[in-house]
Amino acid sequence: MDVLTLSRLQFAITSMFHFIFVPLTLGLSILTAFMETRYVMTGDATYLKMTKFWGKLFLINFALGVVTGITMEFQFGMNWAEYSRYVGDIFGAPLAIEATVAFFLESVFIGLWIFGWNKVSKKVHALAIWLVALATNLSALWILLANGWMQHPVGYVLRNGRAEMVDFMAMITNPDGILKFAHQLTSGYTVASFFVMGVSAWHLLRKNETDFFIRSFRIAATFGLFSTIAVGLFGDMSAVEVAKVQPTKFAAMESIWESKRGVGMNLLLLPDPPNECNSVEGICVPNAVSLLAFHDPNALVKGLKEFPPELRPPVLPTFISFRLMAGLGTFFILAALAATILSRWGKIENQKLLLNLCLYSIPLPYLANFLGWTVAEVGRQPWIVYGVMKTSDGISKSVSLSQVIGSLVGFTLLYGFLGVIDIYLLAKFARKGPDNDLSTMLKPRGQEA
Amino acid sequence: MMELQITWFILWGVLWAVYFMLDGFVMGAGILHNLIGKSDGDKRVMINTIGPIWEGNEVWLVTAGGVTFAAFPTTYALMFSYLYSALFILLCALIVRGVSYEFRSKEDHPLWRKGWDTAITLGNFLPALLFGVAFGNIFEGLPMDSTGYHGSLLSLLNPYGLLTGLLFVSLFAVHGALYLTVKTTGELSRRSQAVADKLWPGLLLVAVAFLVYTNFATRLYDNYLAHPLLMVVPLLAVVFLLWIKIFSAMGKPLAAFASSSLTILMVVGTAMTGLFPNLIPSSIDPASSLTLYNSSSSRYTLKIMLLVVGVFVPIIIGYKIWVYRIFRAPVSEDEVLADKQAY
Repeated sequence: MDVLTLSRLQFAITSMFHFIFVPLTLGLSILTAFMETRYVMTGDATYLKMTKFWGKLFLINFALGVVTGITMEFQFGMNWAEYSRYVGDIFGAPLAIEATVAFFLESVFIGLWIFGWNKVSKKVHALAIWLVALATNLSALWILLANGWMQHPVGYVLRNGRAEMVDFMAMITNPDGILKFAHQLTSGYTVASFFVMGVSAWHLLRKNETDFFIRSFRIAATFGLFSTIAVGLFGDMSAVEVAKVQPTKFAAMESIWESKRGVGMNLLLLPDPPNECNSVEGICVPNAVSLLAFHDPNALVKGLKEFPPELRPPVLPTFISFRLMAGLGTFFILAALAATILSRWGKIENQKLLLNLCLYSIPLPYLANFLGWTVAEVGRQPWIVYGVMKTSDGISKSVSLSQVIGSLVGFTLLYGFLGVIDIYLLAKFARKGPDNDLSTMLKPRGQEA
Repeated sequence: MMELQITWFILWGVLWAVYFMLDGFVMGAGILHNLIGKSDGDKRVMINTIGPIWEGNEVWLVTAGGVTFAAFPTTYALMFSYLYSALFILLCALIVRGVSYEFRSKEDHPLWRKGWDTAITLGNFLPALLFGVAFGNIFEGLPMDSTGYHGSLLSLLNPYGLLTGLLFVSLFAVHGALYLTVKTTGELSRRSQAVADKLWPGLLLVAVAFLVYTNFATRLYDNYLAHPLLMVVPLLAVVFLLWIKIFSAMGKPLAAFASSSLTILMVVGTAMTGLFPNLIPSSIDPASSLTLYNSSSSRYTLKIMLLVVGVFVPIIIGYKIWVYRIFRAPVSEDEVLADKQAY
């Protein structure tokens, strides 16, 4: 193990851990804001109880997401100093803008939302959570524009020994960034939908607070149906973009070795990277890959053999992650569809099978998120900035092996410890169910003890 | 181009100054968490004075980091990789601090709460100390030349670095105690003021030692010798430091808190004025110093970023003031006990 491998491992571990919390934040902020808005509009106390209950889970999840985000920003400089120096002129901008435009908004108004129940009017309080939701979503935009630039660098020239920004608009309209953002946002919504449906299912299976959880389930199912379909659409558009600008990643995703026209999709497929071929190929849908990726059944798809071995990404993890993610995405659409139909027009509380399915599906959208990022980041290798800079050239020169071992072990232990506590608290408050004592929640404004 | 770079240097300094002023009282209140807070009720009140605003204060650090990346990428890259181990500890402390506020109230068991109380103290003490040590070393200059960095975590812990660490800890502690004086009521408020009064002479002593030692350990005073008018910045720092005592004695904690805020702004201002035009001087090879000229982004990037900051920072200050005003009333124990949402 060298500094490079360990730094990559550390980035993977810290970003994956950060990413246990981020997608739920993206979606649950919107669901909570929706519930509180319904409360303000209708005065229905159930919506207030929903806001409190789901809001509490949102906050427990949110806390760890926020604090682990700082590690991400610092790590570019700590472990990837050569990268940061080389691309900071353009790559630093979206990160700084994220802090200025989004993170301030989020962190100031989350404070108002948590502690301001008795200090501001109902409308202002609901506005606070909408601003938090808007800000978390805006955060994602800037982070994904930064990542999009690493996938498909635009708006820069190589000058003065580094990449300098020459076209800000090109960077913020980079289709790779925008599509990734849309794909990520909707997959965050999917995580939140399945989380709310799963927790509600747990209670419905036990006949707890049936009315409360049927209504929660219904909101999540509808939101989930919209989200899962959108994830698929944006995912498809992202894949089209990848095929266009990152041919090596695309070839690895589909495990295509030979360049040819009219490539079909093998439903059964097992790559054999050492022999540069597939050991199993079967049930082929003719021309499907060409059609999906280039919207032309006879389009030419470049195979991995077109590129020297040292410029190809690891095929197996890219291919498997992509397949699994796409499979899960299909399952989500079907599950959300069934959940929507049965919660609107059937007696969802009696649908034991679907409720169990929803309960045990809670981790799956998280898994799909991890797989998607594996495709994006492993598939980009050996590049840190596609076609411009190799990952191995981005590493900090001054950092020693013992330093990276220390921080890797330290982060893993600390994150593991806090992750266990966070999940314990989430489970505890999710099981506890809503608080029915609204007396302290409905104190009129200005009446301070 | 030069004006742009100088503007960004000033903004860089202002961001750090505002960060230390705002997070300074959070760190200070956290350092004193177990000292001032005797009962669980006390501690909950203290956490509820910090709860609504600490996150918004910490974002100034994220912004300072992001702006260093965007406006001075070479400084960002070298500073963060050279100070690797110190930053790793800092990150862990900040992570622990953040979750402590959220987690503590979620279980009633005394051991659980005690554990998070310790985490709050450590999670605030360590960042205060490490920021001081890191900036002390930056004032001295880092041992770097064209071949790289020749220091280590241990070499950061030199006497001047440690003294600066002590300055940060004592300054923030007084600042935090005054915040708690203003933001709590009754016995807790009186106790906070008493702690501030007790700490103040120590802070004065450390500050004087720092000012004297700076003359021998750093080249920060060179700019002041060349332009004596600049002396007004450190003089103001001293004046505000004295005001803390005067207003405290007069029984005006809010004015005393304003004075400690201004003291922090002026202390950072003093250091930044001394550093100019360096962001990080080299202690072994002046040609390898990172200056605002040799480590900045391109003109285009600096302009774009100036536009972003120019538009959004006033908006941020606007809504921050609005939210601070909503939470301006002191927090009492009755209020915390009556409110289920309270932490």
